[in-house]
Amino acid sequence: MTSLGDIPIKVEGGTSATDFGNALPVLSEVRHALARLIETGEPTQIDLGAMPFGPGDEERLMALLGNGEVNATIDALGPTRIRETAFGGVWVVEYLNADEQRVALHLEIDEVPQMLRAQRDDFTDALAAIDARLAPVSSNEPADGQRTD
Amino acid sequence: MASSHHQPTDGRPAPPRQPDAQPSLGEILRRNGVSRRGFLKFCAATASMMALPPSMAPAIAKTLETARRPSVIWLSFQECTGCTESLTRSFAPTVENLILDTISLDYHHTLQAAAGEAAEQAREAAMQANMGEYLVVVDGSLPGPGANPGYSTIAGVSNYDMLMDTVKGAAAVVAVGTCAAFGGLPKADPNPSGAVAVQDLVKDKPVINVSGCPPVPMVITGVLAQFLTFGKLPELDQYNRPRAFFGQAIHDRCYRRPFYDKGLFAESFDDEGAKKGWCLYRLGCKGPMTYNACATMKWNGGTSWPVEAGAPCLGCSEPDFWDAGGFYKALSVPPGKPGDTLLAAGAAGAAVGLAAGVMGRRKVKAAAKAHRTVTADELEQKL
Ligand code: SF4
Ligand code: SF4
Repeated sequence: MTSLGDIPIKVEGGTSATDFGNALPVLSEVRHALARLIETGEPTQIDLGAMPFGPGDEERLMALLGNGEVNATIDALGPTRIRETAFGGVWVVEYLNADEQRVALHLEIDEVPQMLRAQRDDFTDALAAIDARLAPVSSNEPADGQRTD
Repeated sequence: MASSHHQPTDGRPAPPRQPDAQPSLGEILRRNGVSRRGFLKFCAATASMMALPPSMAPAIAKTLETARRPSVIWLSFQECTGCTESLTRSFAPTVENLILDTISLDYHHTLQAAAGEAAEQAREAAMQANMGEYLVVVDGSLPGPGANPGYSTIAGVSNYDMLMDTVKGAAAVVAVGTCAAFGGLPKADPNPSGAVAVQDLVKDKPVINVSGCPPVPMVITGVLAQFLTFGKLPELDQYNRPRAFFGQAIHDRCYRRPFYDKGLFAESFDDEGAKKGWCLYRLGCKGPMTYNACATMKWNGGTSWPVEAGAPCLGCSEPDFWDAGGFYKALSVPPGKPGDTLLAAGAAGAAVGLAAGVMGRRKVKAAAKAHRTVTADELEQKL
């Protein structure tokens, strides 16, 4: 057994929690968020950790959402797994710590999830880094003695 | 400050040192090799932890970039160390440790290496250096001013004196756990040590109660993160608990609630209803009168929580929960007919909560008057 999550939870059939579960209400929230994205371009993030999920609710929601074309892993402060669902514009973003334990689980309704975008502040740093790469080459040229001005 | 005038070997003068300029949280994180994406992730997780919507993450990032490192003095009085255990054994080490790393925990006698006089000196030094700005965290209740101080002392100083001395220069006090917040187990009938809560003693500083026995670790760090981020106190309920975490009854966020509304109850811990995951009300669940974050934040890194594991809520985040009747005795208000509306059930819940509070207070008063000792057998019989 590798983690607590591996302990199986068996809920007996009949009138079980899945008949009342919270997967469908969340899907309907996703539907409204998607409509908003289309109309106004406003993205939405839904924190699934704030949902009163019972046993099986998360699995049920994930089954409803299905899989899309994109899978990505970001390596920053532990892995973050991003997966497109079967519905374009609806993403599952799972934040894990360095020990692969989940720290947050979000749904993002957006063109591209926030974490996947390159960060604006990084552009300036990147520009400086590229300049630094180029600088020694240009300053070394005269010192080579190859060039006569 | 002769040491600050030394010249680096490359001959350039050292940059002027500003003794007061502490690095901001953003700087600390970047120095630890946390990228901007990592920081964004940290903020998303912190938003979750503070029970704020994820759309708040950019705002959090902005304030955290420049947030300063607050000094924290943690005092442990009549407690079982469960609250510190809850915090340090939390299952999301990266994020919660980052919060802990970015606060400067200057005194915590369970966690610090120093002991005795050296430890007490560290506490006094931290107080001097951060006068008016440091945060005092307390776990455990303490013998009140009228009680025998010998029940709990540290380094020969009574808990009462240490608390009053330490809070003098504090910005705010956070009472972590039901003992510090409401008296908890030490204050339970017949309260042999004359235990009182922090808010009974500290009147001239804001007191934030983070109750629970123990509190959910994410709630402890969430409250600290909130102070760190916004530098101000969160919105509190009538018991001085942050509304973000204690704003809703367990019963209103419980996934078993639809069974309650349908009148489907487990009658014993192994009957058909229990196996099918029905409502635990008749097994003594105090969810309707208990305000806490368990139903959504859960325990052990979001694995499960007591009701999900089939155990009724004990009401551990409420005042005097030890004296509010037996843990496995159903609340005295009838659960109502099957199909009762949410509203009616909520109102009943509030009434029960009030009744238990009054009952608890009355019991404590009576016990204080009688001040007799009870054997374990007698306690058993009472339950
Ligand atoms: S009584 Fe307890 S188990 Fe039943 S719905 Fe309320 S909180 Fe959940
Ligand atoms: S379920 Fe109730 S008793 Fe248990 S930890 Fe949560 S608030 Fe406390």
